[in-house]
Amino acid sequence: MLLSLEGATVRFGGRAVLGAVDLGVAEHEIVCVLGPSGSGKSTLLRAVAGLQHLDAGRVLLDGRDQGGVPAHRRGVGLMFQDHQLFPQRDVGGNVAFGLRMRGAASRGEQDGQVRELLDLVGLPGAGRRAVASLSGGEQQRVALARALAPRPRLLMLDEPLGQLDRSLRERLVVELRELFGRLGTTVLAVTHDQGEAFALADRVVVMRDGRIAQSGTPLEVWQRPADEFVARFLGFDNVVEGTVVGEAADTPWGKVPVPAGAVQGVRMLLVRPAGVRLVSADSGLRCVVVARTFKGTHVAVQLEAEGAPRLEAACALREAPGVGDVVGVEFDGAEIVVLG
Amino acid sequence: MAARLGLMAVPVAFFALFFAYPVAAIVARGLKVDGVWQFGRIADVLGQSDIRHVLWFTSWQALASTGLTLLVALPAAYVFARFDFPGKQFLRAVVTVPFVLPTVVVGTAFLALVGRGGLLDELWGVRLDTTVWAILLAHVFFNYAVVVRTVGGLWAQLDPRQEEAARMLGSSRWAAWRKVTLPALAPAVAAAALMVFLFTFTSFGVVQILGGPTFSTLEVEIYRQTSEIFDLATAAVLTVIQFVAVGAILAVHAWTVRRRETALRLVDASVTARRPRGAGQWGLLAGVVGCIVVLLALPLAVLVQRSLDAPDFGYYRALTDADGGVFLVAPIEAIGNSLEYAVVATVIAVLIGGLAAAALTRRDAGRFVRGFDALLMLPLGVSAVTVGFGFLIALDEPPLDLRATWILVPLAQALVGVPFVVRTMLPVLRAVDERLREAAAVLGASPWRVWREVDLPMVRRALLIAAGFAFAVSLGEFGATVFIARPDNPTLPVAVARLLGRAGELNYGQAMALSTVLMVVCAVALLVLERLRTDRTGEF
Repeated sequence: MLLSLEGATVRFGGRAVLGAVDLGVAEHEIVCVLGPSGSGKSTLLRAVAGLQHLDAGRVLLDGRDQGGVPAHRRGVGLMFQDHQLFPQRDVGGNVAFGLRMRGAASRGEQDGQVRELLDLVGLPGAGRRAVASLSGGEQQRVALARALAPRPRLLMLDEPLGQLDRSLRERLVVELRELFGRLGTTVLAVTHDQGEAFALADRVVVMRDGRIAQSGTPLEVWQRPADEFVARFLGFDNVVEGTVVGEAADTPWGKVPVPAGAVQGVRMLLVRPAGVRLVSADSGLRCVVVARTFKGTHVAVQLEAEGAPRLEAACALREAPGVGDVVGVEFDGAEIVVLG
Repeated sequence: MAARLGLMAVPVAFFALFFAYPVAAIVARGLKVDGVWQFGRIADVLGQSDIRHVLWFTSWQALASTGLTLLVALPAAYVFARFDFPGKQFLRAVVTVPFVLPTVVVGTAFLALVGRGGLLDELWGVRLDTTVWAILLAHVFFNYAVVVRTVGGLWAQLDPRQEEAARMLGSSRWAAWRKVTLPALAPAVAAAALMVFLFTFTSFGVVQILGGPTFSTLEVEIYRQTSEIFDLATAAVLTVIQFVAVGAILAVHAWTVRRRETALRLVDASVTARRPRGAGQWGLLAGVVGCIVVLLALPLAVLVQRSLDAPDFGYYRALTDADGGVFLVAPIEAIGNSLEYAVVATVIAVLIGGLAAAALTRRDAGRFVRGFDALLMLPLGVSAVTVGFGFLIALDEPPLDLRATWILVPLAQALVGVPFVVRTMLPVLRAVDERLREAAAVLGASPWRVWREVDLPMVRRALLIAAGFAFAVSLGEFGATVFIARPDNPTLPVAVARLLGRAGELNYGQAMALSTVLMVVCAVALLVLERLRTDRTGEF
């Protein structure tokens, strides 16, 4: 493991912002820490960078304990949430900063490397520009080039695309993944945006209140959220308690099928919107349509059944019922997950 | 933490040796009789009604002077920060000149303006020198620059868009200023007000000349007790009282500043200023310029006029003459002495003050560090006379006999200059976003490199202003220097005071001429500084 955290703990005034976190990042791996604000993700990065003192536990880089190693000797890169470009330097001066601190290259070599890096992030010839004249996306690229310049063994990104508009974000996340793959960069990123995390990461780590709630590939996390918190954080609202007996479960929505081999007993169940099938009003669970939201490829329909929580269904555009319609609901066992 | 203590070691040692030790020596000399402490003396002195009267006058005139200065100078701070107009650089230097003039000269200039036979007396028969107004006006004259520089310097770098944001949220222009700009400026205003209060609380030369027998501050009283009555014990008690009062003020100030401290969004000063628009703004500019002309330029003009009141520059030519008997050397040599001392004092003050400010920057500064912050301000509050007198009696015997060396004068002047450096740099240093420093650290910059690469470029302007202030204060320093400057090496203010102390038209005229020279030296130094500042704004 290039980076290992062992029981890393940080307390702010008695509250554990990081509670005994164990985490490993292998070389060339892109790990994305996903969590709501206040879950301790930024603190995690700061602890690895050496900007935040650990109250307990260890940070190891290449197997070496980093306790007592100051931030400037750790050889890791950190891209700050709002970039923190040096306002009094131009773009080239910002990118060259890390090279100058390492003190290895001559002035000419530095200039060459800065040019290469600016080409790499898609800002060729921008070296003389003032950082104040850059757009948000350009600042993000400069910040990336600056962080990459000293060739850190580990690159950390704090909400790398957080302040950019959606289309730019979606384009950049693809570019980033390509770029890191090409350079073989080891990356530890944090974000609150699941789409960003899934698009960027080899492995996603979901954090909650300073602890790791789940870790796995994007597909694993998406398909089998570990618990109600992860499921709801990923945007699934059809979470309900039920009693699993055999291949069915008793829920407020009636009896629903569950996959074979599901854990028995009282459990939380996740019903994906795709697993909620609308049928004619005289069969299945009787529901009233209370809202519909156009999602581009499908329509999200909010359903209300008597004495049960709201239910979201994903419908094809042409088949979506109108608000106030009465429909029947049936469930698809393949889209139902029994949570841990 | 260890690094911070290391940074602080030098300033702490400096203050222990050149401030605490002399002050302790003078207090001991005053309160200790035959090796026994006589603390009952404090109650005795406070029991005297004339001393209580001095205390009361010292306090209220300082408060009134501070209020009046803020009232007059805050609009000017706004004008200098936000408006672009022809002659701005020149006017800024003009505004700063009074501050660096020796108190004695300011007193005399105002006497020439509002005193007996003065300009107002000649024109309308108005005399203010028997009222407190002469003192208050002279104090405003003196401290105008403190407010304009301290508040205006920060104001110029506040992002106007913050106010625009508030206006878009439904605030009126006035409400936006009050809710956005005022809180951001508050620490600077508090710092400036504190400085003005301390200067006027410990005012010496001005009150000495304009106060006559009626008005006396604590500082004048200490001087009187020391040099006229030779009652060291009473002087020492008064020093202790002044010390306590100043300590209390500083504690309150430290508390308010800490409460209001916020990271500010600073922008290039050159992008925030624009030409005034509309009758209101032009009117404001005209009002400020008019105020500067009447309040600041007129007394100086009278001063210059008096210095030329002899045929063929007679007073100036007399300055090159050593035969006058007032000095061992020609008065003109004081210029060279003053410049040399001031340069050395500035280097010391910037070094000590810069180290202290760097150590104090951290937000997580503990109680000990904050206490040190207040300690640094004490030389401002303790009387300059005490510093000079303390130097004279404490540093004249082994192990530390500096009486015969030239370094004594710059040391005393630096001591007075350090608080200016710290006060000017600290607000700006604290406004630097901590994450910028972290960004540099992560990119491989050691703490020292972080300071050099991140802090220094951002505070270069503040550093230059601080150096300018230290230089000016050193040039104009009088209270302490008068005790320790050697007769053959007088500084300009000391030479002026000695000339004024002598009767006769020629001595008076020479004092005016030498003051004019000092004024010109200061103006030139400040204009150079202004030039330096414009060259660097691009890097901000």
